[in-house]
This record gives sequence, C-alpha cells and structure tokens, in this order.
Amino acid sequence: AHLISKAGSVITTTPPDSDPTGRRRVHSMLKLYYGLNEEGTAAEQAESLDPCDINGPHFDPEVYLNKLRKDCSLCELMDHESCMVKQIRSLDSDMQTLVYENYNKFISATDTIRKMKNDFKKMEDEMDCLSANMAAITEFSARISGTLQDQHAQITKLSGVHTLLRKLQFLFELPARLNKCLELQAYAQAVSAHRRARCVLQQYSHMPSFRGIQDDCHVIMEQLAQQLRQKFRDGGSSAKDLSECVELLLQLDEPAEELCDKFLSHAQSRLEADLQGLEAELKDSAFTDTGGGSVQKTSELASKNIPEMANGKLHVFVDTLAARYFSLVERRIQEEKGVGDNSLLVRALDRFHRRLQAITKLLPGSAVPSHGTEIVVRAARERIKQYLSALQTFYHDSLTDVRQALAAPRLAVGGAKLLTSLSNFILNQLKSVLASVHLFTAKDITFSNKPYFKGEFCSQGVREGLVVSFIKFICQSSRQYCESAGDRGGSTPPALLLLLSRLCLDYETSTISYILTLTDEQFLVQHHTPVTPVTALCAEAREAAQKLLNHYVKVQGLIISQMLRKSVETRDWVNTIEPRNVRAVMKRVVEDTTSIDVQVGLLYEEGVRKAHSSDSSKRTFSVYSSSRQQIRYAPSYTPSAPMDTNLLSNIHKLFSERIDIFSPVEFNKVSVLTGIIKISLKTFLECVRIRTFGRYGLQQIQVDCHYLQMYLWRFVSDENLVHFLLDEIVGSAAHRCLDPSPMEQSVIEVICERG
Amino acid sequence: MDDDAPVIYGLEFQARALTAQTAETDAIRFLVGTQSLKFDNQIHIIDFDDENNMINKSVLLHDAGEIWHISGSPADKAVLTTCYSKTSENRVLTCAAVWRMPPEWESGSHESPDDSSNNPQTLELLCHLDNTAHGSVACVLWEPLGDGKRVISLAENHVLLWDLQESSTKATISSTATLEGKGQLKFTAGKWSPHHNSTQLVTANDTAIRGWDLRSMSQIYCIENAHGQLVRDLDFNPNKQYYLASCGDDCKVKFWDVRHINEPVKCLEEHSHWVWSVRYNHSHDQLLLTGSSDSRVILSNMVSISSEPFGHLVDDDDLSDNEENQQEDKYTSLSLMYLRLVQYNSIHFHHFSSAQFS
Repeated sequence: AHLISKAGSVITTTPPDSDPTGRRRVHSMLKLYYGLNEEGTAAEQAESLDPCDINGPHFDPEVYLNKLRKDCSLCELMDHESCMVKQIRSLDSDMQTLVYENYNKFISATDTIRKMKNDFKKMEDEMDCLSANMAAITEFSARISGTLQDQHAQITKLSGVHTLLRKLQFLFELPARLNKCLELQAYAQAVSAHRRARCVLQQYSHMPSFRGIQDDCHVIMEQLAQQLRQKFRDGGSSAKDLSECVELLLQLDEPAEELCDKFLSHAQSRLEADLQGLEAELKDSAFTDTGGGSVQKTSELASKNIPEMANGKLHVFVDTLAARYFSLVERRIQEEKGVGDNSLLVRALDRFHRRLQAITKLLPGSAVPSHGTEIVVRAARERIKQYLSALQTFYHDSLTDVRQALAAPRLAVGGAKLLTSLSNFILNQLKSVLASVHLFTAKDITFSNKPYFKGEFCSQGVREGLVVSFIKFICQSSRQYCESAGDRGGSTPPALLLLLSRLCLDYETSTISYILTLTDEQFLVQHHTPVTPVTALCAEAREAAQKLLNHYVKVQGLIISQMLRKSVETRDWVNTIEPRNVRAVMKRVVEDTTSIDVQVGLLYEEGVRKAHSSDSSKRTFSVYSSSRQQIRYAPSYTPSAPMDTNLLSNIHKLFSERIDIFSPVEFNKVSVLTGIIKISLKTFLECVRIRTFGRYGLQQIQVDCHYLQMYLWRFVSDENLVHFLLDEIVGSAAHRCLDPSPMEQSVIEVICERG
Repeated sequence: MDDDAPVIYGLEFQARALTAQTAETDAIRFLVGTQSLKFDNQIHIIDFDDENNMINKSVLLHDAGEIWHISGSPADKAVLTTCYSKTSENRVLTCAAVWRMPPEWESGSHESPDDSSNNPQTLELLCHLDNTAHGSVACVLWEPLGDGKRVISLAENHVLLWDLQESSTKATISSTATLEGKGQLKFTAGKWSPHHNSTQLVTANDTAIRGWDLRSMSQIYCIENAHGQLVRDLDFNPNKQYYLASCGDDCKVKFWDVRHINEPVKCLEEHSHWVWSVRYNHSHDQLLLTGSSDSRVILSNMVSISSEPFGHLVDDDDLSDNEENQQEDKYTSLSLMYLRLVQYNSIHFHHFSSAQFS
C-alpha cells in the first residue's frame, strides 16, 4: 500500500496535462478508486444520482446511449464519438504509464531488502568479539583489588593511632592550655576545653598519668571558677558579660538556684539604674525604644539561662520591673500633648508594643504584654480625646476668624465665600485628623490587628468619639449662640448666626453623610455596638440650623423693633408739626431690611411668595377701619348693651387672623424676611397703641406707613400680611388720636414719592 | 367645676387697667378702668358669683381721663387709686389720684341695672398724688397687707412714698428716691413686696430689675439685663419671700431668687410675643398666669419652684370659675380664677381674684 500511494504521489507530481482542472479530475478519480474520499464528497453525492454522468459511480451506459441518441443530431453524435475515442485513448496511455512506474519501484525495493540482509550478518560477528574482551577486563580488575587489600587495612589502623595520639597530646597539654586561658581571661575557651576532656579523664582516672592530669585540671578549673564568681560578684560588667559568666558557671555545675537569685539581683540593680535614668530624661521622646530594649534584653538573657524551676521567680521579677517601666511609659505618653505629628507617637508605640511581643515569646505566661497592649489602647483613646479637643479649638478659632472677617468690612461681602471657606477649613482639618488617627490602624503597625483596634477603636473611638462628637459639638455650640446671645446684649453678630445656620443646614443635607461615609470607608468600621445613625445627626443639625435661623430672625427683628420703638416712644406725638417728609427712621428701616435681604440672599434661596397684585405699592389705607363705627354709635353706658361692632370685629380678628409673630421660619430668604418684618411691624403696632396722637401725629404715621408699604411688600411671602399690619397701625393711631382728621391719600403719595 | 362655659363681659371702651379688689374678701370682685380719648371713662366693678356662674356689674364714672393703671386699697374696699392721662394745652401727662366709690353704688345697681346705666355715679375724689414736679406716673402701689395709709407712685425715674392722712384726703410725700444714670430712665413697672414687713420694693426700668429698701430708700440689688428687651411686669411669690417672677418683650417669663441674681431660677418661653403681665395665684403659688400680645393667656403650673414642691395636688373643687374668661389656655384641666382683658388683639392685664377660695 505504501508503494502504491507513493506511485499515486508520483502520478500527481507528473501532470498528465497542463490543465489544472483536468489534473484535479484525474486525482479525484484515483482517490475514488482507492476509497480516499476525504475531499469532494459532497460533490460526489450530488453527481452520484445522475446515471448519465460518465464519470459518476452510477453511470448506466444504456441510459446514456439512449439519451444521446434521443437528444443529439447525427453530427453531434459523430463529434461526441470522436471525443469519446480521444478520451479513451488518453486514459489508456495514462494507465500504462502508471503500471510501468509502479513496477519499477517494486524492483528497487526488493534490491534494498537484499542488501540489508548482508549487512546484518557482518555486525553479529563484531558483537561476539566485544563480549570476549569485556570478560578479560573483569578478570584483571578482580586480581588488582585482591592485591591492594592488606595495605588499605594498615593505613586505616595508622590513622586511628594518629588520632588517638592527638587526643592524648591534647590531654597532656590541657593544664598548660587552661593556665594560659586563665591568664588571658578566655574563660569560655577554657571551660569548653575542659568540658571536652572531662569525660575522658573521668574514665581513665585509674591510670596514674591521667589522674595527674585530671588533678591538675581540677585545680585550674577551681581557680577559674573562683575568678568567675569574683567577676560575677563585682557586677560592674555589662549585661552580656554577666550572662556569659552565668552560663559558664552553670556549665561548671554551680548550684543553679543560687546563681539565679544572684543574677536576678544583679539584673535588677542594673535595670533600676536604667529606669532611674529614664525617669531623669523623661523629656526625651525617643526613650520608648531604649527602655523597652533594656527590659527585653534582660528578660531574654534571663530566660535563656534559667531553667524551669526559676520560672516563677523570673515572672515575679519581670512583672515588678515591667510595672515600673509601664508607669514611666504612661507618664511619658501623657506628656505627649501636642497633636502635631501623630506618626511619631504611633511609631514609638509600635516599637514599644513590638518589644513587648518579643517578651511574650520568651515568657509565654507573662501578663506583661497584655498590660502593654492596654497602655497602647489607653494612649490611643487619649489621643482621640486630644484630637477632639484640638478640633473643637480649631472650630472656635475659625469662628473667631469668621467673626473678624464679618466685622472688618462694613458690607457683608461674600457671606457665601466665607461659608465655603469655613466649611472647607473644617472639613480639611477633620480629614487630616482622620488621616493622623488612621495611622493607628496602618497595616505595618503591630498592634493594629488587635481586636480593639479592629473593632472598638474604629467604631466607638474614631466614629463616635471623634467624628460624631465633633458634629454634635458643632450643633451644640451653634445652639449655644442662640441661648447666650439673647439675654446678654446680643454679643453674636447676626451675620454669624445666619452663616452658622447655613453651615448646619449644609451639614444636614450633605456633609454629615459624606464625613461618616468617609470615616466608615477609611476605617472599615464594623458596627458591633450600636452607633449614632446618620439620620439622628442630620436631625440634630437641622434642628440647630432651624434654631439659629429663628434666632437670626429674632435678633434682626429686634434690632429694627428697637429702632421703631425708640422712635415712637421718644416723640411727642401730640405737638408735632404737619408731616412734610417720611421720618428718617422709616428710611433706615427700609435700608436695613434691604441690606438684610442682600445678606440672606447670599446664603439662602429665594423661596416662594404669593402672587402680587398689580398695584402692590399703591394701596390706600382704610384709616377708619376701626374708628369709624365708634363715632356712629352714640355713647351709651349700658354695660349690658349689645356689644358694639368694634369689639365684635376685634373678637373676630382674635380668632380668624392671628399672626404668630415669633414663629419658626423656613430655610429661604422670603420666609426669613417675612419673619423679620412681622416682628418689626408688630412692635410698631404695640408702641402706637400706648401713645396719644395729635392730628399731625396721625398724619405722620399715615405717611410712614405708606412709605413702608411702598418698600416692604417685595420682601415678604404674602403682601397681605404687610397690608394687614400697616392697616392695624394706622387704625390704632387713628383710634388713639385726639383729633382724627386723616391726610389726603394723594398728599401722602406725593410726600412718599419725594423721598 | 360645674360648667366650662366662659363668662363674657363686654366693655364698650378699650381697657388696659384691671385689678382684683384686695380688700374685698367675701366676693370675687374686679375693677376695670377704661381708656377712651373722646368720651368719659368708666370704672367697671365686676362681681363674679361662682355658684351661679354669673356676673354682677356696676359702672362708676371716672371723668378725669383715660385710665392706665388702677389699684384698690388693701384696707378699705371703697378706696382705689388710678393713674390717668390728662390732656391739657396739647400736653399729655399721666397723673394719679385716690378715689372713693360713692356709697350707694352697690344697692343701686342691684335694684335696677337699667337705671344705673343711664345715671352712672361719679367717683368721689379724695386727693391728687401731685406729680407735676416728677412727670408721668407709671403706677401706684398700695402697701400690701397695710392699713391703707401708704402708697408708692412710680413717676418717670422717681420713687415717691406717700402718706395718706385725714382718711385719705391729704397726701404728703414722706420720702423719695431717684434712679440716676445715663439717658432717660423711666420706670415701667413695680411691685411692693408683701414680705419683710413690707419694707421692700422692686421696680423695672428698661431691661433691669431693681430692688429697693424703703427704710433707707436705697437700692439693694439690681438685675441688669434681666430680660433681653423691656421688662413689662413683675410679681412676688406670695409664699416664698425671695422669689420673684418677671416678664418682658423678649417673650419670656423668668423666675428669680433675689439672693442669686446672676441666673434666673427658671425661664419659660411659651409666648410668641411680648408678655405684658404676670401674676401669681394668691394661695396656690404654683399657679402663674401670664398674658401676652400674642392674644394668649397661659396658666402655668410651676410645682417645682412653688412653696409646695412635692406636688400637693390642687383640688379642682377649690377653684371656681371666673368671669370674662375666654378659655383658650393650655391647662383646661384646671379651672382657674382670673380675669383678663382683651384689648385690640392683645391681652394686657389679668388678675387672680384676691377672694379666698372656699
């Protein structure tokens, strides 16, 4: 099959004609023959149904012939026949070529196989020869190793003797060496040398020569131990020397307990000195490092040296020392008041904590590390408190700044600007504080994965203790402005009240939730314990804002009222001249109201007002609204007489149109101004009611009221309110007038328009 | 209390002056002075009959001028003082005078009310408290629990102590005190303390409250800025000698212990406009009545700072209903004893009756 396929490939490489379609056809036919129908199957299936396809598998000569005969003319048949003959001929020649070439290849393959058979025979002979040689080599090698066996044993023995001799030499030289070490104070070397030799000497002590050596050594070691003890007692040397000393003495079989006690007492005196030093230099900020270090080192050494039986003693020792150390550390931390750089403190605490963790590894049962953690926790708490108070003072300071800024220029320039700068200041400060506090929970700080710092510190400490407390503080201090200012002469400038009110409102709408979200994100707060919800804070802020705004309205209203009251009370209304002008105080009222309007407009939105009537500024007063009827009624002194309509109308007013004067206002400009104007006009009314007017006094009030009417309606939400109050004022003045003859409306208008 | 219906009494003139008649202990009696610039003013005597829930009224003519303040003598129920304004030569001056009610008024009004209305009787003038040297009088105070011989008038910035002699027909100034200071100082209200043998007086001017010792006529304490605005009225707690209530234009009612004047003991902010008057109930000092130009009268039950701080409950039966009471106060569960005046839209004065509750 291989050969045939090769032959096929040969055929394909030798194209029968240059026409590519013809070549493909031949190729496919061959494939068909050999059952290699991997390509063109679809085409075949399409063709296969046609019995007239001469190349198809279902070709039926009879059908084909009949078809040809039926379809074609003679001439066509002739042509077809000749074409067919030509095709048959070419197919025959193709077939011949193929058969010939395949035959040729078959012959050359037979030749190749025959040649291979010959070559294999030669190779077999060579292999036999090789195996014989290998057997000879093995034999020789065995013989050589047999000869060398004896010499090897001798060499081994000799080297053993050599080692022994070396050991003996060491033993003989030992006294001298020990002496030399003693002279050089190389105690460690001496002890290790002696220890190496001790067992051997012990074993061979029955032999006199060894015995001599042992005795010598003994004497020397005794001397050495003496020296060591001396050194230990002196105690002047460093902790390291001391511990080395102890180690050596232990190796020399000194009683461990006694040593332990001595060692601890030495260590204690040393640490005592350290602590005193610390106490002396309490101001030095880097102390946490050194102190922690010394304690750690000592306990490290101690634990290394002292076996279990002394563990209890060690604990007591460490605990007492640590207690003193901690008290020092705490005092030091308490002195850390400045809030400038938190990272320094956090780093120091971290180092401190790390050292104590090391002690845990050395003394698993000790309470020291947990005490240490407590100190860190306390320090963190203290820190939060300090930050809170720092924030509070900052807030106060910035308010003072704002106050100055408000006081400096006469005009209330840039209330909005001040507000944004204030709130930005506060927010930035809060953010920087949060960043500082965040250091406590940084990943590379060892104590940050303690449960306290993961849970309580974030939620109770930072969120509640710092952020929430601060927001509450803002609200509370704002409220205080309302309370203190009212009684004691209004020390808070009204503009500040307005500003704070807007600040609180902003907090309510956005800032609080922003800050809390920020905190929660930064600290990944998990609320194990209930925390103050955002809504509660918002409500508090809103309440504060409302209170401030109400207070602002009250203060501003009272300022204007005061002006009006003084102007009414100090004037002699009976003996006044005919009005020629609007009184200056009314102009001042309008001016002030306008400036308040500007001030409020900078911070609050416009708000809604009722539609104005077209002639808002030109409206005549019914001067006689209340007094006219009284004239008509003849005076009667009957107490039981039917109540006059005046009283009825008053009672009617009492129930229908009561105006709440100091009512809460909404957070918009119109409502604020309505409140202020209400307060002012009500005061005007009340003052008018307790005065007595002459004819011109009434007319002056008429002029004043008309003037106010012209300018005030635009500020309020419902102009009818202004109309109502002004009507009441003029009506009351008319009632309190000795000679009520009102002025002509046209004259009033002329006077008012003149200015 | 039998019924809740308020008893309404209408005056044809506006009024600002009202007092309970302190000398009258049998009936519940109030005096009201009217204000009218054009007509003759009147004094209405109003008796409340709490058994029948009715009022009896009488009218006396007060032709001197409109009445700004009225107070009855504690000793003689027929004697009273008024402060009235007098207009002369284009000048308005508030004067004070002592009056006696004509003896027949009581019988006359009872027999034929219609007749009395046609022929109102006129008050009999006993004497003027001549104040031409001192200016307008703000109020006249009788010596509480006294024998009706001593009165104090507050005129501008002067305190004048008068002795009434010859059955009140002659008044002489026995001592004076003057408030000195910057600007035009003017007393707005005052109260003669019923404690300390009636030797103390408290006055209000602008935002300050001052206490005076009448023996030396000197100031003994001063509460500066007691209220944010003008102080309108004062009253002493009838049972606790150092306790004082004040009210003012800042809508607040404050309670003071005059031994500790730095801070008020308590502060109420119920009203929404100026508080014009404040009165303690004479026998139940936890009850306090305040009237304001927000058209409301509020009765407060201040048990915590009363002389009975442990909640001695007031039996409703002890209290009788009152006249001219438009009931819109908050404490409807307690019926109360007060009279109030409705003027314009504002309530200016009210008084607890001095009659004993029986």
